[in-house]
Amino acid sequence: MSLLGLVWANLFRKRTRTVLTLLSVMIAFLLFALLQAVSVAFDGGVEVDGTNRLVVGGKYSQIDQLPYSQKQQILSLDGVDKITHTSWFGGEYQDPKNFFAKFPVDPESYFEVYSELDLEPAGALERFARERTAAVVDISLAQEYGWEVGDVIPIQGTIYPKNDGTRLWEFELVGTFSENGEGSDFPLFLFHFEYFNEATLFGADQVGNWTLTIDDVERADEIANQIDALFENSSDPTRTTTEDEANRQFARQLGDMGFITTMIMSAVFFTIILLTGNTMSQALRERIPELAVLKTLGFTDSTVLFLVLGEALILCVLGGALGAGLAMFMGPGMSAALEGVFGSFEVTPDIFVIALGLSAAVGLLIGLLPALTAQRLAIVDAFRRG
Amino acid sequence: MFSQVREITLMNIRNLPSRVGSSSVIVVGIAGVVAVLVGLLSMAVGFDAALKGAGKPDRAIIMREGTSSEMNGNMTPEQRAIIKAMPEVELGSGETYVVAAIKKAGTDIDANVVVRGVEQTAFDIRDEVQIVSGRGFEPGKAEIIVGVAAAGQFEGLSVGSFLPVRDRDWQVVGHFTAGGTALEGEIWGDLDTVNSTFRRGGISSTMRIRVAGEAEARSLDRKLQDDPRFDLMVKPETEFYASQSEQRTALINGFGLSVGIIMAIGAIFAALNTMYSAVSTRTVEIATLRALGFGNVPVVVSVMTEALFLALLGGSLGAGLVWLVFDGYSASTLNQASFSQVAFDFAVTSELLTMGLSWAIGLGIIGGLFPAIRAARLPITTALRGE
Repeated sequence: MSLLGLVWANLFRKRTRTVLTLLSVMIAFLLFALLQAVSVAFDGGVEVDGTNRLVVGGKYSQIDQLPYSQKQQILSLDGVDKITHTSWFGGEYQDPKNFFAKFPVDPESYFEVYSELDLEPAGALERFARERTAAVVDISLAQEYGWEVGDVIPIQGTIYPKNDGTRLWEFELVGTFSENGEGSDFPLFLFHFEYFNEATLFGADQVGNWTLTIDDVERADEIANQIDALFENSSDPTRTTTEDEANRQFARQLGDMGFITTMIMSAVFFTIILLTGNTMSQALRERIPELAVLKTLGFTDSTVLFLVLGEALILCVLGGALGAGLAMFMGPGMSAALEGVFGSFEVTPDIFVIALGLSAAVGLLIGLLPALTAQRLAIVDAFRRG
Repeated sequence: MFSQVREITLMNIRNLPSRVGSSSVIVVGIAGVVAVLVGLLSMAVGFDAALKGAGKPDRAIIMREGTSSEMNGNMTPEQRAIIKAMPEVELGSGETYVVAAIKKAGTDIDANVVVRGVEQTAFDIRDEVQIVSGRGFEPGKAEIIVGVAAAGQFEGLSVGSFLPVRDRDWQVVGHFTAGGTALEGEIWGDLDTVNSTFRRGGISSTMRIRVAGEAEARSLDRKLQDDPRFDLMVKPETEFYASQSEQRTALINGFGLSVGIIMAIGAIFAALNTMYSAVSTRTVEIATLRALGFGNVPVVVSVMTEALFLALLGGSLGAGLVWLVFDGYSASTLNQASFSQVAFDFAVTSELLTMGLSWAIGLGIIGGLFPAIRAARLPITTALRGE
């Protein structure tokens, strides 16, 4: 019998115990992977490839509006490449629970700045630019609500009524966009800024944020400071950050939820280490005479160390892999169910790898003490105790 | 038979100290489940209480039709004057609801703190608002008062300090309480000062009124809806705050229960493991008892009692710990309806503690049952041999 085979056989000498321990390790890592995904969603916010993009917002708060006239002033700064804008439109589609962001945008500049987005079908961008009531949506929204190109989508303007006294804004869907074929974690509904500007009762010629690309990522801070200095003494002072930072700030406003998930994870791990550690040392105590026999037969001290440590490792890593795997399987469903609390989160392969690494560490930690005891075991003492 | 049950059970419990390692697994495992469950749910209860507590049946909010947030709305001074003169309205305060970015204490996060511009009547309408230090703001001056929750959670809001808002510095002249409700997370200033600083002219975003009751609020609602001069609706405060809290509370509850259930499954495995090994280390002992004439029932009951005892110990430990650490713990989170921070205190209520202990008992029963049955079924002869 090979050494690994021996470890394996040892694991199953008390089948119930092994299975139960394995299951509780699995549950611990299932929770770990899910909570880690939630935690990543908090810290990173929405992952956007936004290193060379800057976001300009109102200096004092996110709800401030900026005048359209700032556009040319920002564009004239050295190092600024392209500029586009977004605004928070609010609005409801059928039910307040159908929550997604709706932005009036300038079609051409938006897709120049967000050049990683692919718009489908062919010719959609031209239609979007040409037709005043056109809209394009993230592919995941189209899938969620079953929208197809040509559909008319009614949105109730909760913030912005129209200047004809009604609140019903209707848009015709002309295309969907995606990044490498995938929808976004923060799916957007985009419509024509000119339509908004002409039809809104108030708030015309104002935008919520400017988003701009810069030629040289190294100069991000310098350009951000220049923009803020430009408007510092105007009636609309600004605050400019990188896009990553802007997203992070928004996500972290959710606040103490991150702290809560950390608390839960600590509770889970404290429990699991205690539980598995106890089981391992118990398993060892029962086998002391047997280990002595192995040593008598000529097994070296380090082989015995390996036998015991290997058992703990296999149990933990197997449990970790099962738990994290289950989390990946359950992730999409959980994420959809909890969307309003955390935004959406995803159990990524990275998290799976972290869980595996951590399970190996836990295995080593709890296996080490029994393994060292086994290694140092003097044959005579062991037989006497048995 | 009862004396048998008592004898074995007492013996088991007296034995417990010798099995402290393995028994603590149940205790800690179940303590963890109960702590996490009660902790998360207390957050939902606290959030709900902060928002719902802010609503009183004799108060109503007048806001733009079709909106769900206090932030969106434009009411002119003329409209407010007309409404204040209506017979249903006992008192009225035009209010502007804006947010200012203020650093959360101890972090680098700029959080959106609610700044509410109010008329002096606001203090008569909301009589729970009490100045606890400093004084109230004077109309027309750049002075603000700060809710105690906001003062604790955001930087630079102590009495006497200056808060730069837009192009002027506002002086904090007082702190106020509001019966532990969400209002304590807000900053209040004079309506005209807030409006001029935020360049809103005389336009307020909403109006808060005192009415006789919810029925009067509803009849006023119909009246305003039929009036072509207004594009407004009236909501009783109770209804308004309930709708603000509903979604988030349901989601936190959902999250708490999902995590609690998953952890509970883990804890059941742990409890089963412990009790199986408790039974297996005592195989000879149990067999001896049965050989001496003790029946199956006392053996089952004693194992179950031990599991229950440990589970209850764990449950009390977990619930007690959460109560000590989290009850009244102040936190704040984002109210997505208005992009602003809601401050709230965790509320570990007796209902939650009872619920946590019930979970512990449930877990103890499941964790003890199967091992107890195994103990009772052991064939005496084999068991005595110590196999």
